[in-house]
Parts: sequence; structure tokens; C-alpha cells
Amino acid sequence: MENTKISVQDLNLHYGTNHALKHVNMEIRENAITAFIGPSGCGKSTFLKCLNRMNDLVENVKIEGKVLIDGEDIYSPKADTTLLRKKVGMVFQQANPFPMSIYDNIAYGPRIHGIKDKATLDQIVEESLRGAAIFDEVKDRLKKSALGLSGGQQQRLCIARALAVQPDVLLMDEPTSALDPISTLKIEELMVELKKKYTVVVVTHNMQQAARVSDDTAFFLVGEVIEFNHTDDIFARPQDKRTEDYITGRFG
Amino acid sequence: MQSENSIYNKKTHGMDKFLYGCIYLSAAIAVSVLLMIICYVTVRGIGSVSLEFLTTVTSARKGTVGIAGNIVNTLYIIVITLVIATPIGVGSAIYLNEYAKPGKIVRIIEFTTETLSGIPSIIFGLFGSVFFGTTLHLGYSLLTGALTLSLMILPLITRNTQEALRTVPDSYRSGALGMGATKWHMIRTILLPSAMPGIITGVILAIGRIVGESAALLFTAGSGYLLPKAGGWLSKILQPGGTLTIQLYLSSSKAEYNVAFGIAFVLLVIVLCINFLTKYLAKRFDVTRMK
Repeated sequence: MENTKISVQDLNLHYGTNHALKHVNMEIRENAITAFIGPSGCGKSTFLKCLNRMNDLVENVKIEGKVLIDGEDIYSPKADTTLLRKKVGMVFQQANPFPMSIYDNIAYGPRIHGIKDKATLDQIVEESLRGAAIFDEVKDRLKKSALGLSGGQQQRLCIARALAVQPDVLLMDEPTSALDPISTLKIEELMVELKKKYTVVVVTHNMQQAARVSDDTAFFLVGEVIEFNHTDDIFARPQDKRTEDYITGRFG
Repeated sequence: MQSENSIYNKKTHGMDKFLYGCIYLSAAIAVSVLLMIICYVTVRGIGSVSLEFLTTVTSARKGTVGIAGNIVNTLYIIVITLVIATPIGVGSAIYLNEYAKPGKIVRIIEFTTETLSGIPSIIFGLFGSVFFGTTLHLGYSLLTGALTLSLMILPLITRNTQEALRTVPDSYRSGALGMGATKWHMIRTILLPSAMPGIITGVILAIGRIVGESAALLFTAGSGYLLPKAGGWLSKILQPGGTLTIQLYLSSSKAEYNVAFGIAFVLLVIVLCINFLTKYLAKRFDVTRMK
């Protein structure tokens, strides 16, 4: 595929004796939204976490194969997870703002990576909040606790927090599954806006969401990628019977 | 005429009422016993407490009766003990919760800590006097006492810190690590601030135990009641000194009940203050309550 950002080559993942991801190959395009769909437990979230090595934190995980981002293997012994996670940011299913002020939440990442200058931080905070379309809602309460925001606002704050370290790639693990329809809509609009600057990868349970926002879609089933194609093709002309069954709601 | 199905067949439940009565009675006894002790100690003790009592030491030559030396000794013991035990306790809690792989070793350590906290304090005193006092040649001194009490309150601080760390949601951990924070950075910037109320509670409960301890100190810190000499504040650490509870014990064994109740009253006030302080500080440092 043209302008590949992430190239996954024969990735296998074992949780103890459980073979959770089987021979996954995938080319993820730059400045596009790639959606992973599939029933619960199919491995789509696990696969997403492989892309910034968040599975390293889990006990008894064995990962084989290659994940190349801009041509560099992130599982190489030379790779530094701090730099990797700066480049590949993550937004979680449950909004997880830290128990500190809105400002400090956004400044958390830049501070990790050594930015201390107040003026620079101020600028990053504002740009990140604007980037996540939440600046106007919170600009008068930057010093107040982030825990006082609504669920939808918290999730956009978390997106802003991820943007603050200026990543290339944004991984989103079911970012709207805990949100109401209006907040969901806002996040979806935001995703479309974000792909202009970032490569977005999103796991979703919501097939309409995948159809609405994504450019490419991968369908996972018990640890395998059954089908990976342009979203229009997947939804209009699924090649595999199982994909068709899933997107037409016959199971899952 | 009411049918059998009607809900208007209210019965009086005799047994229920009786049990209610028992419960209220138990509660009343518990509270009134506590109040009685407080009142009794206050009435007997408050008369002995004066400015002189609090700010001078007992001296036959000057004709004063005072506990200033014991108050200072108590402060010494509190500070030294906490300086030793808090970093170790918090550190081991972080290790057990965040670094050690859950399994047999962690369970053994936790079981040991729990057992340690149930051991009678006089056994700590015996061990402390032999190990710190004799083997390490520290003799009867405030340092020996503080080292002994450190062992005693370590489980308290470790347990409270562990409990506090457990209540920090995992999403904070993955959130911070997912942004490229190193584990230690995450612990320092997210976990410890979130766990601070629990840690403070542990530390203050520990202060309570230190203030109330006598058996373990009798063998280790001895029983001096004099103030440190001018310029001798540091060397005092290696000299013996009795805390308030030790002096209370000595005074009552000499039948000086006025002094004993005076000290008891002072201790009660201190414990009360510590309890209020715990509540205030735990609230103050609760990051989730920030506006």
C-alpha cells in the first residue's frame, strides 16, 4: 500500500499457553484512520497495544514478529519504550485523567520528555486542548481538577494529553464506548480532523463508527485478521463469508 | 374485613425490639466507658497541669515538678523513629505492590509483616535492648529506643501504604506509562501523590503507637527526665531518656498519682490532637478532592 506508516510482519502473541494473535500482517497508512472491528476477545485490543508495546506490562506475554514504524522495528533491543510511546500515543477506553489540574494533565507528557519552560508549556497546553476541540470549554478552569469534567470532556482531555507530546500515531482503544451519542459524535469529528496531522488507529465495537470515520478496516476473529481492506470495500463487498456475517449482524 | 393477602396485618416483632435494645445498650456501654475514663483522667489530672508542669523538669533543689524533659524525649523518639521507618516502610510497600511479581515471596513477606504487627511490644523491647543496645553498643539511649520502635511500626506504615497504593486505579498507571513515563517517574508523580492520604494516615497512627508505647522503651531508651544540655541536642540521641509514658509508669510506681494523672491528661490531649490532625491532613492531601 502507498505511504505505509506501520508495517506489521507475521506477528504472533502468546499469553502463557493462549495463542492470542496468529500471524498478523498489516500495512497501516499514514494520515488515515484504520479501524479494527471484531467480536469481544478477538484480539483487536491486544493487537492495538502491540503497536506501542503496552503489552510489555502484562505478565507471561511472548511476542514474535516485527512491527516497523517508519521502518524501525519497535521490538528491536535498541528500541526505547519512552521514545516509542512519545511517538505512538494512546487513548484508553475509560477516560483516565490524572487527579491533578487540567493544565498539569496536559503538561504531564511534555514534562516527562524534559520541557520545563513555562511559556513553552503554556503554548503546548493551549494547542493540545485546541487540537482536541476542548479548549473553549475549559480555558477558564485550567487550574481546576480534571476530575470535575464530564465523561466526554474527560475523554477529549485525554486525547489532548496524548497530543501534547506531539506523537505521529494515535492509538484509540474503544474511545467512545463509555460515552453518550453527542460526546461520541464530537470525538468522531475530532478523529477525522486528527488524521490530517496524525495516523489514527482505532478499536471499536461500533460498526457504524468504523464505517463512518475510518479509511481502512481490519476484521479480527479469534486472533486472526480475516479481512483487511478499504472501509468502503469491507462494508460494501466483503470477500469473506465471516466478515459479511459479522457486519450484517448475524453474530458478534 | 381484611383479606389474608392484605398488607395491613402489621405485627409487633418482639424479638426484633429486644435485639435493638441489646445493640443500643452495647453501644451505650462502649461510649460511656470511654467517656468515664476521659472524665476521670481529666478531673484527676487537670489540676496538676500548669505552665510550670509543662515547661520545667522535676528538681528537688528548685522545688519544681515538671515533665518538659519527657516531652522533649517523646519528640526525639517520634522524629527519629519516623525518619528511620517511613522511608523503609513506604519503600517496601512500593516494592511489594509495584515491582514484586505477585506470588509466594510476596505472600510470605506480607504474612511476616502481619505477624510482626501482632507481636507484643515487650518482645521488641527485649530484642532491641540485646541487639541495638548490647551487640551494637548503643546502650540505653534514645537511638536504641527509636530503632526498636522503628521495627515495631514498620508493618503499620507498610500496610497502610500498600492499602493506599491498591486503591489507585490501574488506569492511572497505564495512562502515565502509555505516555512514555518510566515506572519510577509514574510512581513519583502519580502513585505517591494519590496514595498520600493513606501514607499520612499510617504515619500518624504510627505516631500514636510511639506516644503510647512504654514496654518496648523501658528496656531500650531508659528513663532520664532531664532536658538536653545547651548545645547537646545532637549528643542527646545517644543518651537515655524516658518518654511521657515511661514517666507515667515511674511516677505511679512511686505513688505520685498527681504527676501520673497529670501526664495521663497530657497524653490524652496529644492523642486527641493526633486524631484530628490525621483527619485534617488526609483530607488536605487528597488529590481527588481538589477543586
